[in-house]
Amino acid sequence: MDIMQILHDLIFDYTLRNVAIGAGLLGMISGMIGVFALIRRQSLIGDTVSHAALPGIVIAYMLTSQKNPFILLIGAAIAGYAGILAVMNIVRNTRIKYDSALGMVLSVSFGFGLLLLTHIQKNPRASQAGLDKFLFGQAAAMMEGDILTMLLFGGAALFLLFLFWKEFFMLSFNREYGESLGFPMRFLDFTLTLIIVIGVVIGLQTVGVVLMSAMLVAPAASAAQWTDKLRTQVFLAGFFGGLAGLSGAMMSSAAPKIPTGPVIVIFISVILLFSFLFSFKKGILSTSIKNLKNKTKIEMDTLISNLYELECSHGGRKCSHSYSVLNILMKNSKNLKFTLRKSIQKQLILQDEWGEYKLTENGVRKALSIGTKGDRI
Amino acid sequence: MNETALEINDLTVAYHEKPVLWDIDLKIPSGVLMAIVGPNGAGKSTLIKATLNLIKPVAGKIDVFGQPLKKQRKLIGYVPQRGSVDWDFPTSVLDVVMMGKYGDLGWIKRPGKKEKSEAMKALEKVGMADFARRQISQLSGGQQQRVFLARVLVQSAMIYFMDEPFQGVDAQTEKAIIEILKTLRNEGKTVIVVHHDLNTIRSYFDWITILNIRIIGSGKTENIFTEENLKKAYGGRFSPVHKDSEV
Repeated sequence: MDIMQILHDLIFDYTLRNVAIGAGLLGMISGMIGVFALIRRQSLIGDTVSHAALPGIVIAYMLTSQKNPFILLIGAAIAGYAGILAVMNIVRNTRIKYDSALGMVLSVSFGFGLLLLTHIQKNPRASQAGLDKFLFGQAAAMMEGDILTMLLFGGAALFLLFLFWKEFFMLSFNREYGESLGFPMRFLDFTLTLIIVIGVVIGLQTVGVVLMSAMLVAPAASAAQWTDKLRTQVFLAGFFGGLAGLSGAMMSSAAPKIPTGPVIVIFISVILLFSFLFSFKKGILSTSIKNLKNKTKIEMDTLISNLYELECSHGGRKCSHSYSVLNILMKNSKNLKFTLRKSIQKQLILQDEWGEYKLTENGVRKALSIGTKGDRI
Repeated sequence: MNETALEINDLTVAYHEKPVLWDIDLKIPSGVLMAIVGPNGAGKSTLIKATLNLIKPVAGKIDVFGQPLKKQRKLIGYVPQRGSVDWDFPTSVLDVVMMGKYGDLGWIKRPGKKEKSEAMKALEKVGMADFARRQISQLSGGQQQRVFLARVLVQSAMIYFMDEPFQGVDAQTEKAIIEILKTLRNEGKTVIVVHHDLNTIRSYFDWITILNIRIIGSGKTENIFTEENLKKAYGGRFSPVHKDSEV
């Protein structure tokens, strides 16, 4: 399918349009909410919520016998929230640490969910409901009702997030201080956790239980590479998540055999990798360029002041010195050739007709400004 | 004597059944600059946190200017330990200092121009005005401490609780901080500081509480800061005060 065809379908094909809008929205919403999970150092919370939601989805179906997205989402949210409350209680009341508690609740409730899922698959009507799609996600089946449900929950969660922005900032950065001001930090903690739970469960149908936490963490981690401002991080994470959701859902519906979750996650991972490598501030590329520049500058300074001392001690500055002398002077530095080339470029050092090196007038001035032992001579 | 700023009755705190503070009774008059001293594990930080109800005591009653703490939150200014927050958090110096206004602002309302200008004034007082737009991840230890101090200065508190404000700061910053604390005291505020350096007690503080799970002594520095009390708190094995600073 060529790009024009996809664009054409995006506008005129009802199913594809639904899928694209839905996945894009969910990526955006969970990406924005995910920033708060990340700054609270609770990146793993998404994994536990999504796995804990599985039994909730199955039980909601068993109770109502219908695959109403609204009801399934309520079931998922209740179970996911209950899972996190269990984690919080374990941490408060035992000596088990947060990460262990997350792992325990995740595996126990996911196991329980799988058990229920296999159980109801025996019922032929239930297996048609396709609850097993919740494992790896299936965007192709997204209906208007699914999108409306997602909008309703996600919109409410984002509304709360921005309404209590200042309080959630305080909770995330310095909880004790907020408590000293008299704010009910426990209540705020429960509310923000609920928002994060919603950010996870709205994507379960599309991305799946197994990979949903990536939609929470990866956009936020990518955004953190580009900016140190919380607000900008939130919007950037929304953009990255939306982009990945949109492109992933479209690609997987073009080839219906591919489950949607993995494709979306691959897209967001590419964005994350790109951010790690190329972000202006913290990217691996820009920091290594900065490091190299620094290293070269320091080595150039050392070279020039060493050469100046050498020239002074050899009775005035008439003689040049060979590469091998400089090499000993610089203790066999691996970058010496590069540094020499740079110094010649900057006209601090010149190479005479026998290929030996000598400071220029500029070089001498530079050496004196660095301050060398040689200036005592 | 001045009116009582803080009164603590029968305060007991335990972690996992082990008592950390035992039956604390304290009466602190307003307008003093007080040090809390004691060996490691004496419960100094815990005393502050339990007083502010940041950790739940097993028992105890806290009164601030004669009223229960709950009604008097606006009179409380708290400076937590520098190490208790994540300094890589994506936020700026100004945003952190403006948190000091959150109590006055109440729910939902965001800080505006007025809060910003108050925060800038506080940053000037601690000599950090040039850093207002900086990311907090770029601050040194002493600068972090000053930012926390500026944050508490924008609150209109009457009692200040500071958990090791001198931890990891250089001599110059320590001097600047103590000057600010003395100014607060001279304005009639009460300042309570967890402190480690026994050599500076006499020159910094006019009131002191010596603590080791129980109260060893509390009152005017000249009466309470004695070798006998220190030996009770720190054990008799060593003399914690350098000889030169005695008398």
